Amino acid sequence: MSKKIATRQAYGDALAEFGSNKDIVVLDADLSKSTKTDNFRKVYPERFFNMGIAEANMMSVAAGIATTGKIVFASTFAIFAAGRACEQVRNSICYPKLNVKIGATHAGISVGEDGASHQMIEDISNMKTIPNMTVISPADAIETRAAVKAAIEYNGPVYLRLGRLDVPVLFDENDYKFEIGKGIMMKDGSDVTIIATGLMVHIALEAYEMLKSEGINARVINIHTIKPIDEDIIIKACRETGAIVTAEEHNVINGLGSSVSDVASQNYPVPVKMVGIEDTFGKSGKPASLLQEFGLTAENIVEKAKQAIAMKKL
Amino acid sequence: MDKKTLLELQITATKIRKNIIEQVFSAGSGHPGGSLSSAEVFTALYFYEMNVDPKNPKMADRDRFVLSKGHCSPGLYATLSARGFFPEEDLKGFRSIDSYLQGHPSMKDVPGVDMSTGSLGQGISAAVGMALSGKIYNKNYRVYALLGDGELEEGQVWEAFMSAAHYKLDNLMAFVDYNGLQIDGKICDVMNPGCIKSKFEAFNWNVINVEDGNDMESVISTFEKAKEFKGKPTIVILNTIKGKGVSYMEGDYGWHGKAPNQEERDLAIKELNEKLQELEGVKNV
Repeated sequence: MSKKIATRQAYGDALAEFGSNKDIVVLDADLSKSTKTDNFRKVYPERFFNMGIAEANMMSVAAGIATTGKIVFASTFAIFAAGRACEQVRNSICYPKLNVKIGATHAGISVGEDGASHQMIEDISNMKTIPNMTVISPADAIETRAAVKAAIEYNGPVYLRLGRLDVPVLFDENDYKFEIGKGIMMKDGSDVTIIATGLMVHIALEAYEMLKSEGINARVINIHTIKPIDEDIIIKACRETGAIVTAEEHNVINGLGSSVSDVASQNYPVPVKMVGIEDTFGKSGKPASLLQEFGLTAENIVEKAKQAIAMKKL
Repeated sequence: MDKKTLLELQITATKIRKNIIEQVFSAGSGHPGGSLSSAEVFTALYFYEMNVDPKNPKMADRDRFVLSKGHCSPGLYATLSARGFFPEEDLKGFRSIDSYLQGHPSMKDVPGVDMSTGSLGQGISAAVGMALSGKIYNKNYRVYALLGDGELEEGQVWEAFMSAAHYKLDNLMAFVDYNGLQIDGKICDVMNPGCIKSKFEAFNWNVINVEDGNDMESVISTFEKAKEFKGKPTIVILNTIKGKGVSYMEGDYGWHGKAPNQEERDLAIKELNEKLQELEGVKNV
């Protein structure tokens, strides 16, 4: 594949690009060089505020600014945004449905060497269960830019799940269309559907090729919005392919897989197999080695796809 | 301030106390102690100081108030209804399923509530955000917040204090209802915050200590002092009595979050009516 760009990089670039909107205020908690909000600060220093290493305060300050009619982006690592400050996100931001966008970078185990303490694998879970919250997990830089734009246009809380690792650019900026809550079919197929989010989308595309070489036609769907989830595209995939594999860089408990299963079981039950972190903490290592060790691989998706297909034939 | 204005404010505070009792009584739950101790500051803010419009609660450049100790919603609701934000009779619905008056303040439900609060420590941060926005966009509104003394045990409060001083938010004025009691007992027994005055000073705030935080004139005197002080946020320590105005509730932490029964309610209303008569009598002389 071609160019590789981290979604956090695209996030920072998008903030700088769309920052000409004077209603936008950006907060960070002493990680602006890592979250890339520093790109916004360089252009609009008068609307950038470093809140120091105090994420709880930052989230409620963001809420306070939002009450005055502004669009606030609050950024830190996912572990602190959706972990430490989870209750501030719930009570200060989501309960009053304030216009705060949480740019949570360094999500998942692809953080790498920093290890388990910094590898957030529960954030989709924590954020999607809060009423009024929209959860977006972009797959590449183009989708991230579009998600930031959509988040600015949408009035309400949004959680943007972003990564540290450089990932392949999958989309073409010129014809890419993003709509909150609308999944994207990347490949059509009729034997099984792989539903992926975030960096697992490009790995799902690798799995597609591997399956194809074995004569299995997989459909590949990119779910960039975990909540509200695109029920239609999932139900259609259940009906037309009869078996699902989900893939996410998150705990298999209460992540994308659970959301897909919820839709399938209540509308058109078919086997759903899940690829994700198997309810265990991560560890230090190179991102690529970690993805391998924790089973976030095309090979694992292929294996689970075959299992799902076998189950539907029962 | 002339005597008549002062008496009017004292009368309003007493009526607010009556409605605090009535709400908690009709709900059968709620927090009377800290609501009663704050009646003066509520009254001073909404009937003397703040630029608000009950007909236009979301007026863009209004002054803002955040009840960081959100459990004292009966005090805020009694004040807002007295100020004309919603009908007084609606107070009867406090905490009930058909009412918009949520147990803790909800800005989406209650006219005049500027921030949803209830989870301690978060309101003061939101107030910092409002004040920061005022600075960014050159607005001249002011932001007020009321904290409980027990609330100071929340770490987030100190994060908020640090950030308000760092960004020199002199458009922010906070009050601490320093009644010395929290749910489980005296704050110095539960988790002693030590000398809060020197802590606030160390966090680089302008600190005003009010010896009697239930004295209307003293509370009102702090507004100008805060406005005159440039470059720092101001915090006022209001030395108050928990349960103020109801004899058997005063100084008893048992009334932090408990509703009076019929007999207790009647006694409280009787005492507050006597206080009202006394004040009206002075006014009419």
